[in-house]
Parts: sequence; structure tokens; C-alpha cells
Amino acid sequence: MDLEADTRAFLEEKAQAIRRDIVRMVSTAASGHPGGSLSAVEIITSLYFKVMRLDPACPDWAERERFVLSKGHAAPALYAALAERGYFAVDKLVTLRQLGSPLQGHPDMMRLPGVEMSTGSLGQGLSAACGMALAAKLDKADWRVYVLLGDGETQEGQIWEAAMAAAHYRLDNLTAYLDYNRLQIDGPIRDVMNPEPVADKWKAFGWNVLSVDGHSFKEILAATEEAQLDKDRPTMIICHTVKGKGVSFMENEADWHGKAPNAEDTERALAELA
Amino acid sequence: MVQKIATREAYGEALVELGRECKDVVVLDADLSKSTKTASFAKIFPERFYNMGIAEANMMGTAAGLAAAGKIPFVSTFAVFATGRAFDQIRNSIAYPHLNVKICASHAGVTVGEDGGSHQSIEDISLMRSLPGMTVIVPADGPETKQAVRAAAELEGPVYIRLGRSGVPVLFDAEYEFVVGKAATLRQGEDVALLAGGIMVAEALEAARTLAEKGIRAQVINVSTIKPLDTEAVVAAARKTGAVVTCEEHSIIGGLGGAVAETLAEQCPVPLERVGVRDQFGQSGKPSELLAEYGLTAQHIVAAAERVLARKGKRA
Repeated sequence: MDLEADTRAFLEEKAQAIRRDIVRMVSTAASGHPGGSLSAVEIITSLYFKVMRLDPACPDWAERERFVLSKGHAAPALYAALAERGYFAVDKLVTLRQLGSPLQGHPDMMRLPGVEMSTGSLGQGLSAACGMALAAKLDKADWRVYVLLGDGETQEGQIWEAAMAAAHYRLDNLTAYLDYNRLQIDGPIRDVMNPEPVADKWKAFGWNVLSVDGHSFKEILAATEEAQLDKDRPTMIICHTVKGKGVSFMENEADWHGKAPNAEDTERALAELA
Repeated sequence: MVQKIATREAYGEALVELGRECKDVVVLDADLSKSTKTASFAKIFPERFYNMGIAEANMMGTAAGLAAAGKIPFVSTFAVFATGRAFDQIRNSIAYPHLNVKICASHAGVTVGEDGGSHQSIEDISLMRSLPGMTVIVPADGPETKQAVRAAAELEGPVYIRLGRSGVPVLFDAEYEFVVGKAATLRQGEDVALLAGGIMVAEALEAARTLAEKGIRAQVINVSTIKPLDTEAVVAAARKTGAVVTCEEHSIIGGLGGAVAETLAEQCPVPLERVGVRDQFGQSGKPSELLAEYGLTAQHIVAAAERVLARKGKRA
């Protein structure tokens, strides 16, 4: 797939806006997870601005496509995408993590229209996505389900229960993305609990497995299209990403998994993202 | 001979009826469909039945996703696995987003029998009752189970229905009406109130007959909805009788006994005795032996009633 230059420019502009939103939100909240939010930006931007059939004015539209953020701590990236896509005003983003805000620390579908599933306790989003995909199949509906998993998250056993079930029920309307940024709170995932060989595991579970540069719109979109054409099995797109992507001093630093930037760091980060 | 039917049997029949009436009803099971009785639904509506294998956590999460997409999932396995093994999935994927999932768990309590303590759920009510927005129903017999399943389908939000393995006497006829959140007085009495749930309702009725022979008039209340508890009925019974006994096939911690104790301590303190499993795990045995071993028979209720009456006397 050859991504047209203006489409790529549009997506890159959105991604940059979302990155700035993430930094501002987490900085204002003085808590949150910038590292894993920044690594997921191109994936989430692709879905909300190119791939998914949505109507921000009608978040409950029955024929909409669904996105489940299984790695719920990347909520700032999801909220920024929803706001930039028009679900709510961008200036509400800075209420992240404040008392009474619909922008809870982790996504809460009861409080924020557009959030398809409440997540945060890791390992649960893929199961919910499978349930949605089963419902679409039962209704013979053509909407698809997209789910984003963290790499560390796949250490949870429930992920593999769901992986088995998705293949068993031939959920070809389900596309999963792995935000493979290789870091979790306590350090490199290969030191904490090595998930490799990642691609072989998903293949062994019966999935169609693709591998892309998780910051390349061209590659993400091409793989997403390939997944849509694959029949009788779910697809896992392993997205090789950089934790903290776009902010030099956050990149590849496990420390920025769940730490908010101070005023000075925020200024530096926003200057880099200008 | 009193007719007996296990509540899980009634559940299986109710599911088939619901399946016919509502195309959004779907059923999930974790490789126990013959035991939980969802197999009859599976046979008639195979396209709406999902066997999720021995993977309860994923089953709960999948049910959440189905509910988010507008289905009405009924999820079944043994109570110990549903509420214990998959507690976090019920908490975070079902109760926290208040999704329309009906967890109908069978083989609750010690009457599971020979499988032993690993399979005997004595803390499921306690676990489910602690979750905000979760409705908790413990039907007393087959007919009440059928009504409860129907009521759960009509109620928006998560519901836990506790079902048993063994046959229990049929207590209710066509006249009986189950209403979520309403306790039903089955027998009037002024001396002591027996508040019972599940299979212990039949035992409480028998205990009341024994007590009557001794000149003690016991009120018997079927508290089939543990949450939201019918606090009005509980407090009214306590006011009237001044002595309360709770009866349940569950730990005395956190279940019906716990719920009644909390309510009475705040609103109408009276002497209370809790008949139930006393903070210990079960073991293998015949259901009838286990009920005797763990103090869950009509005789134990009679003894508890006499103890609570003695305490009431001391207060007076």
C-alpha cells in the first residue's frame, strides 16, 4: 500500500498533536504514564483517523467499529485521540485524573463516551474484544474490533486464554496490535519475564502474525489492511515501538513508564514536539 | 413424598425459555455445561452458546465484551470458579463498567458433596456482595429460580445467581411471585424470626414446625435477594420478634448473616444468631452428612432459635 503524501502528512500532524496533548495532560495531572502512551501514538492515530468507521457525534452508533485499549494505562493517548477526533473538547484533556473528571486514570466507559471498555487491570482487554467480535459475528455485522496490548501485559495468563479462544472461534474480525516497546515498570521485559519468541507464540496459538515498525503509518496501515483481508483467524500485528517516542529524554527509559514530567521537563518535551 | 428439583435444573429450563423469547440471550460455559445445565440451551441454540473451555477469566471478559455489544450473556460454571478464580474479571470488566452480564453459578455450598472443600463455595455471596452495583440472588427452589432468571434478564446490570447441585424441595406454587430486592414471609410468628436463603429456606420451615410444637412461634422469611437486601423487611421482623436467626449454606462471614448483622447493628440491634459455615472449609462427604457436620440442618436452626430466645429473655 502506497500511502499518499497528504494522508501521511495529515496523520503525522495528528500524531504530533496527540503527543503534545499527552505531555500536557500528564504534566498537569502530575501523574500518569507518558512512556507507554507515547509509544502507542501512531497505532492509535491510525485507527482513529484512518482505519475505523466512527461517528464522534454518535458514540453509541451500532455500526461503529470498536477499539479496546487493553493496556489501560496508555489512557492519555486514547483520550487525546478521542478529543482530537471530536468526541469532546481538547481543552478538557487537562482534567485528566482530577476528581469528577470523565478522564479517569484508566479508561472508564461509564464516564467517557467513546471509551468502548473499562480497562486498567492488565490482561483483560483482549477477552472483551473477543466478546465484541463474537457479537458482531452473531449479528452478521461487518464492524471490526481493534485491540491494543502492551508487551508486558502479555505476561498475564488471561491473554493466552483469550488468544486460544479468538483462534478457536475464528475471529477474523479481530485485529490486535502489540505495542512492543520492550520496557515495563521494573525494566526490560526480557529481564523481568521474557515473552520471546513473541511471533512464534501467537502463530502457535493460531493467529495470523505480522510485524511492523510501530511508528510507520505506512507499515501499520498496510498490515491493518492485510489483516482485514485474512479469513478465519484473528491477526496480531507486532508493532516494534520506542517507549517515550518523540521526547528524546523519555525514549527507551523505563523510568518514564509511570512518571510525570516536571515544569522544566514539560517545556523541553513540548519544544521537541513543536 | 415432597417433589425435589435442583435449582441448576430449573436454571437450565429457564434458559431455554428465555432463549426462545429473546434472541440477544447468549450463554457461556467453561466446560461444565452438563453440570451447570446450560447444555440444553447449547443443544437448541448452538449459535448462541459459547463453550470457553477451562478458562474462567477469559470467559468473564468475553461476556463483558458481548454485553458491551448489546447481548445478554448468561455465564455459568461452578460458584467457586466463577467468583473466586475470576473475581478480578468480574470486578473490573463486569461490575466496574456495570455491564449487563448474568453470572449464574452452580454447585454452591457444601452440598457439592464428594468433590470436597476445593469445590465447595462458601464465600461466593460474600465476594459478589462486596461489588458495587452487583445484584445477588439466592433462590430457594426450582420455581423461584425460574422467576429469578427471568427477572435477571429484565434487569439492566450485573447479576449473580447462586445455584445448587442437589435436589431441594419445591416450596412455591404458581401463586408465588419473586421480586428482586423483596424478601417474602412464608410463615407468620411473633417470637423469633428465621431469615433464610437458598436450600436453608426448607430447613427453616421445618425448624419453625418443630419450634411450634414447643410453643415457639417463628416467622420464616425467604431472603432470596441478598443484595440489595430488603432492609425494611429485616428491620420489621427484628422489631416484631426481637430475636433473629439467619440460615445459609455459606460462611457466616459476609453472606446473608453478615448482611443482616450489618443492617440490624445500625438500625435495630436485637439478639442475632447466624447459622452457617463457621469460618472453615468443607470436605468430602454426602451432602446430608456435610449439612449435619457443618451445622446446617433444621435441628441446628431450632437450637439457634432457642439460644437467641434465651438472650432475648436476658435483655428483657
